[in-house]
Amino acid sequence: MKLDPNRRQFLKNATRTVAGVCGVGVILGLQQHQANAKEGVALRPPGALPEKDFLAACIRCGQCVQACPYDMLHLASLLSPMEAGTPYFVARDKPCEMCPDIPCMNACPSGALSEELKDINDARMGLAVLLDHETCLNWQGLRCDVCYRVCPLIDKAITLENIHNDRTHIHAKLIPTVHSDACTGCGKCEQACVLEEAAIKVLPMDLAKGLLGRHYRLGWQEKQNAGKALLEEQHPDGLRPSLDARMPEGLSEPTYQHMKVKPNQKVATPSRAADDYVPRSTTVDAPEHFPDLELNTKGVK
Amino acid sequence: MAATKTTPNKPKDAGLEARQKLGWWHAYRFLILRRLSQLSVILMFLSGPLWNVWILKGNYSSSMLFDTVPLTDPLITAESLATGYLPEWTTIIGALIIVLFYAVVASKSFCSWVCPMNMVTDAAAWLRRKLGIRQTAKLPRNLRYVLLVVILAGSAVSGTLLWEWINPVAALGRVFVFGLGATLWLVAMVFIFDLLVVEHGWCGHLCPIGAVYGLIGAKSLIKVNVVDRARCDRCMDCYNVCPEPQVLRLPLHGSETDSQIILEKDCITCGRCIDVCPENVFAFGSRFEKQVHVKNIN
Repeated sequence: MKLDPNRRQFLKNATRTVAGVCGVGVILGLQQHQANAKEGVALRPPGALPEKDFLAACIRCGQCVQACPYDMLHLASLLSPMEAGTPYFVARDKPCEMCPDIPCMNACPSGALSEELKDINDARMGLAVLLDHETCLNWQGLRCDVCYRVCPLIDKAITLENIHNDRTHIHAKLIPTVHSDACTGCGKCEQACVLEEAAIKVLPMDLAKGLLGRHYRLGWQEKQNAGKALLEEQHPDGLRPSLDARMPEGLSEPTYQHMKVKPNQKVATPSRAADDYVPRSTTVDAPEHFPDLELNTKGVK
Repeated sequence: MAATKTTPNKPKDAGLEARQKLGWWHAYRFLILRRLSQLSVILMFLSGPLWNVWILKGNYSSSMLFDTVPLTDPLITAESLATGYLPEWTTIIGALIIVLFYAVVASKSFCSWVCPMNMVTDAAAWLRRKLGIRQTAKLPRNLRYVLLVVILAGSAVSGTLLWEWINPVAALGRVFVFGLGATLWLVAMVFIFDLLVVEHGWCGHLCPIGAVYGLIGAKSLIKVNVVDRARCDRCMDCYNVCPEPQVLRLPLHGSETDSQIILEKDCITCGRCIDVCPENVFAFGSRFEKQVHVKNIN
């Protein structure tokens, strides 16, 4: 078959355009697919640097994945929840078994899994959070305790704390409570949670933890550290502590006066500045002019 | 001197004449050796997971040979350094070993003898020749070096390894070692791109890893030599199979003063030109042979 040159050119251009459009389509589709790929919370192996540094340091070689004796690490593909080629695990499927010799970290050639981690119990892969109080069996007053029982650092990373059971009035609820100073984020609790969807989940640290403002001080801690209360015990009026400590530098708090209030007598609040202040009036004069409500309801013409 | 052909061979018949004249093995020897080399690298990665015989641990981005010798892709190391992160010595030594090896051995020999993507793009080029797809879009050959600079600068700015999300070479390597099917889409796109959009598009125009190996191996020892220009009968088979045909022009058809050694850094030392030449014009040699040109008297 002999093709007319114009037709040949047309077919060529058409093919090329279709291929180009398909290419763009695949890229966009992949991106969409990646956005949908939420198979669970993806966590980094033990010893991983903070996420931003990790992404700069990890050279995507997968040696940690091959080193894991329990085969729980995955190497992200283009469609994974993590950057392609980087290692992750999903606790609900297979949690970290916390090998004492940390083979994944030792296999890492780049330091993305940092050698600084000497003891697997110091790993911070994430933080377990008891997210759903509405389904957690212990929160219903039952004794499930499975997350607490499976925790490799039982009674350190997860403890059971008593609270009053308001439903029965005579029982306690034993609430599994995670402590961030001990939890490694291994994910054993999430994997073991007996619910269809785990009520306790390991979240990446930056999602899981709140952070107090830098200036914030907890009074009872300051008191404990100082060995005594930091504020004056009592104010002369018997109710409030002295606020001298909160006044601007060089000023001291104005002296409070007891209010001279007598029953059935209207007075203004006395000024703090002078004892002999006499209010001019305690009532408000009737306003001379009211806005034209008629106009407002009909709208301005 | 061989008589110049009045009509050059068709691209789809590249190598046919050599096969008829010199035999099947002669016309495919370096191609077969390269495929064996590429497949044996894959096998060295796979022997561990499959049979617990660990030769290479890791993948094409970084690996451990016999659990002792680190090997690291120079580009990914450079990206990591560009972000401001100083990797552990294992990574840096691995990159130095690779740089030294490919700087000495042969120009871009990683591309032709190791890289798994070469099999994909060679297949696309072969199919392109067989289907007679000739004139398509053109890209400048230096685009890969621009891309390389963009990737390194982008890594420095973004603080991440910019290239690694989309890197189809590493992705294909991971497919073999870690079996991740989804990544094959990227590889398929490179194949389609090479087949329909730009001839030798990926390896010859875009791949920044190839660009790095080009720079590394610019002064390497093993080079393809033109043994005897006079034997060339302009059948064009070498130009048709060569993924970087611009490197052939001067050594083969240049003036008396042009070197008859293919010194151009873009040559991937694949030896396919040696295979397909029915007149035995080419041979592997060193970069130093025949530097002083002696005029052929015939």
